[in-house]
Amino acid sequence: MTDLLAIGTRKGLWLARSDDDRRTWSLDEPHLLAQEVAAVSIDTRRPTPRVLAGIQYGHWGPTVMWSDDLGASWQETDSGAIRFPEDTGAALARVWQLRPDSADRPDVVWAGCEPHSLWRSTDGGCSFDLVRGLWDHPHRPTWEPGGGGGAVHTVLPDTASDRVTVAMSTGGVYVSEDGRTGWTPRNSGISAVFLPEPPPEYGQCVHKVAVDAAGPDRMYAQNHFGVFRTDDAGRAWTSIAEGLPADFGFPIVASPSTPGTAWVVPLVADMQRVPPEGRLRVHRTRDAGETWTALGTGLPDDFWAAVMRDGFCADEARPTGLYVGTRDGCVYASADEGDTFALVADHLPDVLVVRAARID
Amino acid sequence: MGVQVVLPGVLADLAGGTRHLEVDPGGGTLAELLDTLAAVHPLLGRRIRDEAGALRRFVNVYVDGDDVRYAGGLGTAVPDGAVVQVLPSVAGG
Repeated sequence: MTDLLAIGTRKGLWLARSDDDRRTWSLDEPHLLAQEVAAVSIDTRRPTPRVLAGIQYGHWGPTVMWSDDLGASWQETDSGAIRFPEDTGAALARVWQLRPDSADRPDVVWAGCEPHSLWRSTDGGCSFDLVRGLWDHPHRPTWEPGGGGGAVHTVLPDTASDRVTVAMSTGGVYVSEDGRTGWTPRNSGISAVFLPEPPPEYGQCVHKVAVDAAGPDRMYAQNHFGVFRTDDAGRAWTSIAEGLPADFGFPIVASPSTPGTAWVVPLVADMQRVPPEGRLRVHRTRDAGETWTALGTGLPDDFWAAVMRDGFCADEARPTGLYVGTRDGCVYASADEGDTFALVADHLPDVLVVRAARID
Repeated sequence: MGVQVVLPGVLADLAGGTRHLEVDPGGGTLAELLDTLAAVHPLLGRRIRDEAGALRRFVNVYVDGDDVRYAGGLGTAVPDGAVVQVLPSVAGG
């Protein structure tokens, strides 16, 4: 068996492979060197896995590229995979998220982009159509850019229905039951410390949302202060931050196989984006956020960087593997759900995104 | 006679491996010249302008040595025989 780990950084993409059930990893030469790779996915639904990358060509603009030979060659659509329709007057600024849909929709890939927009591909990511229902939403003019830009950064297609959940900075969580129309804000209970009380219907700065293995109605959110859980598809969120050393952070990852299991990487605060006490720690819950356990075996002390919202992911193997990429260019992997970590790579550029998959 | 377009080396692959192209000036503005260029070399066109037609922020274009941002922008006249140079600006990190 081979496991593939894709590491997107501010200056290129690295692919790492493991042939021994994730005990050791070997790193390729860089791909797309000097290009920012802020979004990446490994689409295993195809006869050969497709690596999709949302890149920023430095001076020359953003685009989506793909490789069907694990990075040996890269393709892009001449006219651009993601192009705003002329009548919008908008232009793509950055690809924040590339998300393959379920196995029974093998050619559908979703993209979340800046400016705030959701895109759907039916050809495996070679070309995308703007989801007009979200673009034309009356709230859109009031969605503010967060510090990183105004973007749909999280796209969660439900595997059993047409429902799609998105999260954006700063707009919060929206849900559509058909993935196209009727986008409804679902932020009740999520705080917005940068706005006057009470929290608004929308406008929260939700950093990341993950779906629990129990089913699509249970989700977790790492917010701009606050960690929350919903059990009703976002209609109500409750805090699950008690027991964490800090409730600020960017990523949140849910186990793809074990209900109630999720992980976060806390940072002190928005004005102090470093781990508490300078120790990189992953915190795990086994009971849907009722309690948390700090995990640090193999993770560094004297660590003063951060982990970005897509710099943390899980694979779908058993036990679940975890991958943590840091802004100081390190990647740590765990093959035992976070009990122990080992360094996979260091001295890379800032890690923006990691994704892992078993490819054979 | 045409217009000579001079590209930075990093874009040469998108123009068939050359940094120097002879392009019909079309209607006589920079926008029209870039439209003509993009019709033949679409990837090159996307590197210079976004899909809304604007010059990318860190791409500078000079017509006979003048930065078009301080001239007529995309409406800058490009007469037959002109030299249009595309250069990346000072940016990055």
